[in-house]
Amino acid sequence: MSNYAIETQDLGRVYKIRGNKKERAIRKELVALEGVNLTVGRGELFGLLGPNGAGKTTLIKILTTLLAPTSGWARVAAHDVSQSPHLVRPRINMVSGGESSGYGLLTVRENLWMFSQFYGMNSKVANERIKELLKMVGLEDRIHTKSSDLSTGLRQKMNIVRGFLTDPEVLFLDEPTLGLDVGASRDVRKLIRGWLDANKSRTLLLTTHYMVEAEELCDRVAIINKGQVLACDTPANLKHKLQRDAIFEVETSPLNGWSPSTLEEQPEVRKAASRQIEGGSKLELILAEESALANVINVLTQKNIKVMRLTKREPTLEDVFMDLVGARMEDMEQGGEE
Amino acid sequence: MNRSETSRSFTMATWLGWQVESNWTDPFLFAIYVVIKPLATAAILVVMYSIITNGDYASPLFPYIYLGNAFYIYVGAVMTGVSWAVIDDREHYKTLKYMYIAPISIPFYWLGRGVSRFLIGTIAVVITVGVGALFFNLPLNLAQVNWGLFFVSLFVGVTMLAMIGLILASLTLMMAQQNFFVGEAVAGALYLFSGAIFPLEVLPAWIRPVGYAMPITYWLELMRRSLIGGVAQAFPTLAEFSNLQLLGILTGLTLLFGIVSVFTFRWCDHRARERGLIDHTTNY
Ligand SMILES: Nc1ncnc2c1ncn2[C@@H]1O[C@H](COP(=O)(O)OP(=O)(O)OP(=O)(O)O)[C@@H](O)[C@H]1O
Ligand SMILES: [Mg+2]
Repeated sequence: MSNYAIETQDLGRVYKIRGNKKERAIRKELVALEGVNLTVGRGELFGLLGPNGAGKTTLIKILTTLLAPTSGWARVAAHDVSQSPHLVRPRINMVSGGESSGYGLLTVRENLWMFSQFYGMNSKVANERIKELLKMVGLEDRIHTKSSDLSTGLRQKMNIVRGFLTDPEVLFLDEPTLGLDVGASRDVRKLIRGWLDANKSRTLLLTTHYMVEAEELCDRVAIINKGQVLACDTPANLKHKLQRDAIFEVETSPLNGWSPSTLEEQPEVRKAASRQIEGGSKLELILAEESALANVINVLTQKNIKVMRLTKREPTLEDVFMDLVGARMEDMEQGGEE
Repeated sequence: MNRSETSRSFTMATWLGWQVESNWTDPFLFAIYVVIKPLATAAILVVMYSIITNGDYASPLFPYIYLGNAFYIYVGAVMTGVSWAVIDDREHYKTLKYMYIAPISIPFYWLGRGVSRFLIGTIAVVITVGVGALFFNLPLNLAQVNWGLFFVSLFVGVTMLAMIGLILASLTLMMAQQNFFVGEAVAGALYLFSGAIFPLEVLPAWIRPVGYAMPITYWLELMRRSLIGGVAQAFPTLAEFSNLQLLGILTGLTLLFGIVSVFTFRWCDHRARERGLIDHTTNY
């Protein structure tokens, strides 16, 4: 039996896009995932980090037997998701954030209890666990509330409880903290960590586009963009590769149309990106050698751009992302298609 | 208490279906659906019949039409009950994907979801037949009812309708944009061809084979014969068949539909997964 909780080989997914009535003739294909090779060991908390449209949800759908891959294969809990979905399903569970699902006419307890029964759990054990888990996310006083009377965030908490309730071998959480407030996000992260620590054979895969969440929570992170896995390692190792580099933030006067990416032509300047801040711009620089900073300042001076503030800092996952993709994830999302 | 996958799928779905369908919080709407709608339909039928035949309730045509119509309530109720859960779960509750990845048998889950509509339909049928016997000269004599034949036929017939419901549910799963009661639509389309409202002889000869190919035709005939015996046999349509032969045909066709439903489900399930339709919602 394989030691891996999740294993994929050259996994790919192409969507056929059908146009509306007018454009029915036009058929396009969209590559949502391409050549994904991942292994997640049992006991790991694995994070998928990527901007909107990167393919995170698509990957989770394939791994949870909701969607067929168009190339390659994937195994979850040692079973092939395409060939034996019926062997995968009893061993997994999944929750997607940012949607409010559930039967509004049923109470929180009834919704959760019903799912536990579909999984063949003992009814008494299930009711105990429901109480326990609801307490952990601070929802215990709503146990008898009809789920239609819950706010979107509270409903999401209920759904997260549904995921943990059946105690799966592998749990998939698609953006579990999306739309939750700070406190609720903290509760959920605590629940995640606690669940994994209590039993070392449990595995959890989550997607997020919060860098901090990936960095603080995950044992390993795969950075994914445009359907491809660009890097996969522990957050520390990912950052370590940048450790030799120097990372500077430079606040300047307005750039007046000048593009900072031209800085990358300078020797030892690996990446340069900028974004607007009040009263000017903020440049983020990844330099292979600290000495390259002198050149950068020179260029700025020539362009009549004033340096207001200069800070050196430790690399973050955000820098890793910028190094791999060439743009800040936040900026990509603002300009994103969805 | 580790119940088998099929039994827990069916029983829990029955529980869920009852919670969702029997919305007792609105008894008024519920009463309309269960009592008033079937009675109104029956009343319209009776009025039309009396105008056309000058009130000739003694003709065997009257119980033929009345009973065919009453039991036809089951056709829409069961087929819709089983197939509507797909749209309900996918579009309204957004739970289809969670049901789909749970270790359950989806066809048994759908069958379970149909139980509540079957029960609600039963109330409507009983009321309709009862009112017919009490107020509309329906020649029903409880002492002469062939109860054995009645319950066996009812059971086989409802199973047959549930199998058609499964086929419709599977097709619904595979269709991206679909938002109506496909069960009611199909029931409406088959209404004229299944001997519910008039004997098949009335239809043009070229279209009669459709009626003869349909299990609903034999089932309705069995329901009539078991309830009012000889009166139903007055029509030549299926007169040459004995009760047992009719039951045999109905059972055979039910098995056939059962087999077809299994393959339809497998195929549609496969296609839906390929096309990513399990959690596809129409954006209004
Ligand atoms: N059913 C579908 N049909 C066609 N294209 C799709 C479908 N689902 C997803 N896509 C496309 O596939 C790509 C990947 O989408 P996916 O939902 O996996 O991204 P994601 O990483 O989860 O993004 P987000 O952070 O916004 O949730 C996107 O370009 C998306 O538009
Ligand atoms: Mg997503």
